[in-house]
Amino acid sequence: MIAAHNAKRMYRFDLMQRLVARLEHEEAVIGGIGNTNFDLWSAGHRPQNFYMLGSMGLAVPIALGVALAQPNRKVFAVEGDGSLLMQLGCLATVATLGPKNLAILVMDNGVYQITGGQQTPAARADFVAIAQGCGLSHAAWAADETDFERQVGHCLETDGPHVIAVKLDDQPPVSQTERDPPQIRDRFMRGMGAKRSKLPG
Amino acid sequence: MDRPWWRIAVDVLKANEVHLIPYVPDNVLKPLIAALHEDPFFHAFTVAREEEAVGIVAGAWMAGTKGLVLMQTSGFATLANVLASLPCAFQIPVLMMISERGTMGEFNLGQAAVWRTMRPTLEALAMEHHVVTRLDECEFIFDRTIRQAHLTQMPAAIILSPLLTGGKAVTRQVVA
Ligand SMILES: Cc1ncc(C[n+]2csc(CCOP(=O)(O)OP(=O)(O)O)c2C)c(N)n1
Ligand SMILES: [Mg+2]
Repeated sequence: MIAAHNAKRMYRFDLMQRLVARLEHEEAVIGGIGNTNFDLWSAGHRPQNFYMLGSMGLAVPIALGVALAQPNRKVFAVEGDGSLLMQLGCLATVATLGPKNLAILVMDNGVYQITGGQQTPAARADFVAIAQGCGLSHAAWAADETDFERQVGHCLETDGPHVIAVKLDDQPPVSQTERDPPQIRDRFMRGMGAKRSKLPG
Repeated sequence: MDRPWWRIAVDVLKANEVHLIPYVPDNVLKPLIAALHEDPFFHAFTVAREEEAVGIVAGAWMAGTKGLVLMQTSGFATLANVLASLPCAFQIPVLMMISERGTMGEFNLGQAAVWRTMRPTLEALAMEHHVVTRLDECEFIFDRTIRQAHLTQMPAAIILSPLLTGGKAVTRQVVA
């Protein structure tokens, strides 16, 4: 297993494109606050994407709710390092409930990029070790892009819960998500098959 | 014999297909929590923070499963940010059942101080909320609040008054 300091620093938008390209079965993806969901959006909207526009730290809990509601659908939570720090307890909850269909992607750039790039207080922390300490044994750093794709494939093909942590470079997001919460919610519910409507969607 | 408030809650939740119950415990909620764990219809489990439970219930609703968060007054006081930016902004019917601490003979000043923030917060969020004080009103208020939340896709809070639950018994000041 690769150590955090050996993980290549990768480009978030590139990783989001690689993730989305692997999704062939209407997998759900929950993008955390800010740049994380911006790059998920930029990688191409899918009806199964949910973009958080606040509630910092809740990407994993929202994804857990989706995963519990639909155990036959794979669900990805894509969460920033600063955001996850705000809600670390959720990793213990996920480990305890053990949803087989949930995967967590930790986007670790070491900073609060969207608010100006201030360092997080986790300079000496290792998110994979934290996840493992919470009881999530399938947690690993992605060494590089190829390893990231291999691990995404592993999440899709095997039972979880899984955690993939990636080190990011400092490139900014490509564009911003359209901020219309009820529309996002409506589209996502249709994408989940949880809502049918004759209104064009 | 009359059903106790917590039995009525179980029956109403079931009738409304509210299945997923994440919670941070409270002493007053003990009989309800025990009944939920006993009944295989429900999936009740603890979370580390009430915010987490709001996220879980929001996600589950969007994927077709109904839920409700159990907490005490102090738990509610941690939620203004996530309630405003998730269920209120996205119009998701996150339901909350809150055991009311801090009033009617509270012995803990900290709880009493937190209690004063709850109604102003609910009002500032323009969130539907009802206080249940009487056993004979329990079923109606529980059922209608839950239904309205689901039908209008808006969050709502049910506050369980000590008048209903008995609250946590007042203890005498201990002087060392
Ligand atoms: C509770 C709360 N505190 C602070 C903020 C301001 N804020 C918004 S995004 C953000 C940084 C998010 O950091 P991270 O998850 O690491 O994502 P990055 O910006 O690095 O992509 C902060 C501090 C907020 N929205 N909510
Ligand atoms: Mg960050």
